[in-house]
Amino acid sequence: MSGANEEGRRVRVVLGEVAGRRTAADPARADLAEQTPVGEALVRGLVRAQLALALRMALVVVTGLGALPLLFAVAPAVGSIRILGVNLPWLLLGVLSFPFLFAVGWVYVRWAERNEQDFTAVIRRPE
Amino acid sequence: MNPYVVPSLAVVILATVAIGAYGLRFARTTSDFLVASRSVSPAWNAAAISGEYLSAASFLGVAGLILRYGVDVLWYPVGFAAGYLALLLFVAAPLRRSGAFTLPDFCEVRLRSPLLRRLATIFVIFIGCLYLVPQLQGAGLTFTTVAGGSYAWGALLVGLVVTANVALGGMRAITFVQAFQYWLKLTALAVPVIFLALQWQAAGRPAIDPPSGPVFPVTTTVTFDDAARLTLPDGTVDEVEAGAERTYPAGAPVPDVSTVDDRRGPDWLLPGGDGSLFATYSLILATFLGTMGLPHVLVRFYTNPDGASARRTTLVVLGLVGLFYLFPTLYGVLGRIWAPHLLMTGQTDAVVLVLPEAALGGGHLGRLLGALVAAGALAAFLSTSSGILTSVAGVVFTDVLRAERGGSVRDFRVATVLAAALPIVLAVSVATMDVSRVVGLAFAVAASSFCPLLVLGIWWRGLTDVGAAAGVLAGGGAAMAAVLVTVLGPPLTGWPAQLIGQPAAWTVPLAFAVMVVGSLATSRRIPRDVGATMLRLHAPESLRL
Repeated sequence: MSGANEEGRRVRVVLGEVAGRRTAADPARADLAEQTPVGEALVRGLVRAQLALALRMALVVVTGLGALPLLFAVAPAVGSIRILGVNLPWLLLGVLSFPFLFAVGWVYVRWAERNEQDFTAVIRRPE
Repeated sequence: MNPYVVPSLAVVILATVAIGAYGLRFARTTSDFLVASRSVSPAWNAAAISGEYLSAASFLGVAGLILRYGVDVLWYPVGFAAGYLALLLFVAAPLRRSGAFTLPDFCEVRLRSPLLRRLATIFVIFIGCLYLVPQLQGAGLTFTTVAGGSYAWGALLVGLVVTANVALGGMRAITFVQAFQYWLKLTALAVPVIFLALQWQAAGRPAIDPPSGPVFPVTTTVTFDDAARLTLPDGTVDEVEAGAERTYPAGAPVPDVSTVDDRRGPDWLLPGGDGSLFATYSLILATFLGTMGLPHVLVRFYTNPDGASARRTTLVVLGLVGLFYLFPTLYGVLGRIWAPHLLMTGQTDAVVLVLPEAALGGGHLGRLLGALVAAGALAAFLSTSSGILTSVAGVVFTDVLRAERGGSVRDFRVATVLAAALPIVLAVSVATMDVSRVVGLAFAVAASSFCPLLVLGIWWRGLTDVGAAAGVLAGGGAAMAAVLVTVLGPPLTGWPAQLIGQPAAWTVPLAFAVMVVGSLATSRRIPRDVGATMLRLHAPESLRL
């Protein structure tokens, strides 16, 4: 059978050829593994993108929640506003802060995964 | 005494042991346990993490603080939940990818420094003890409230039970047990709230915070443990000596007691109160940044298969924890109507336990719901204290007793007893502190020691072992000193009281600053393999090279 013949045939393997072929097909991956300047730059880019994303999300929370004590101190009247018979600070802190935190986390997870997919795409792209 | 309480507590313990035994069939060794856990979906894993995280401080303490201080202490639950967001943003995925199992492990992986590892060990033990004490206090309080026993015996008894459980391996951190305890805790708060809300509706929606101050809903007899001065809203003063009793008719105003610090009227209802802006921001900083540094929180992340699922798990935890924290607030608020006598005795942490019976009467429904919340409190207490004790004992075992990994089980038991001894002694001797306040201090220490270490270690190549050690010593040491002064020292007033009582606002920036400056000054000590470490921390696993 030709299939058996195919499998049974001896093939000469030269290590240098295999290594060379892989590098040619996957240069960015080799850059990463060998920590060349290009690989370093790729990792730095990923770390920077993820950090920038995390800091932006943290800023959203700091301005959204962190400004509240200051707001209540500067404008005490805000604390007396009643919605459905409940004072606004109770509603904001006791109820709404939790969905807000979850929403920020949800957006972060989506974007962080997108950053990683972009990174993977750069590494895997045959050039 | 409520006849349903003892059976319900027994059911919690039996269910815990049974689910644990069921889980143990699949997990004979530590590595079995880890591999088994990796086949668990993020939803189960997240329920387990939440189950371990929601402690007596969350279950009992938050409602007690709200009953006493009002809107300002809502920052506790918000901060406890937001801590998971900070963990998600800055730590979750890279930490999982680092492969570190404990905080000392992370120091070793990132900075290759045995010295820093030892320093981290000291802080893990300190934070663990500080976190265990309020759990045991909660247990003692539950014991006195639902079973009428003495506080010291309750704390001691439950402390010994948990120690024995962890030492004998009966309460291993098995995903399903912890997950079960999350849902139990949520049910134990959510179901009674439905009946409490109906009761509030049926009673004609009594005002939560009447202008004249809280009033007794029924005829109430209050016993005073210490001499105190009672002040009525109309200015009448009543001096009582220790052991005295006073009986108040239904509708009588609740007197202000000189030995109990609480807030009334607009101070309770509106933000600001007598707490300063500094204390609020300090608390926010401590809880936002402290969660990532708690020893039992980190261990759990290792059970995720990869960084991306660690992130998803953390997001679900954020949702589950947020869902849970909707309820303690309601207990604190409704406690103003039905359990105002706690404002006179100072035992506000008991509000969750006494509210069902107080609101619904001593009939079967009230007693059954009372037994349900008692069961939830026991679950809260068991899961968190077992989790902390297991992780602290693990660190004592590997880093203090210096046993090899896979050392004898006897050594682990010795480590467990060592780790449990100090918290039990402290909990028995210090009965008067608010459960959530002490937990807040544990968060402050974690935020000023491990948070900078983790955040800078993960995101900044320039961190060195000397800089990290200096930062942990400066920030964490200062927070530790502040805690010791608060717990053991004389009462302070004015600015020193605020700086020491809520130290995070200055100790966290101090830790970051010292760590950065120290690392810049010793930049020759940056590990050579920092590039490889960064790649490992941040690159997706699918690219493992």
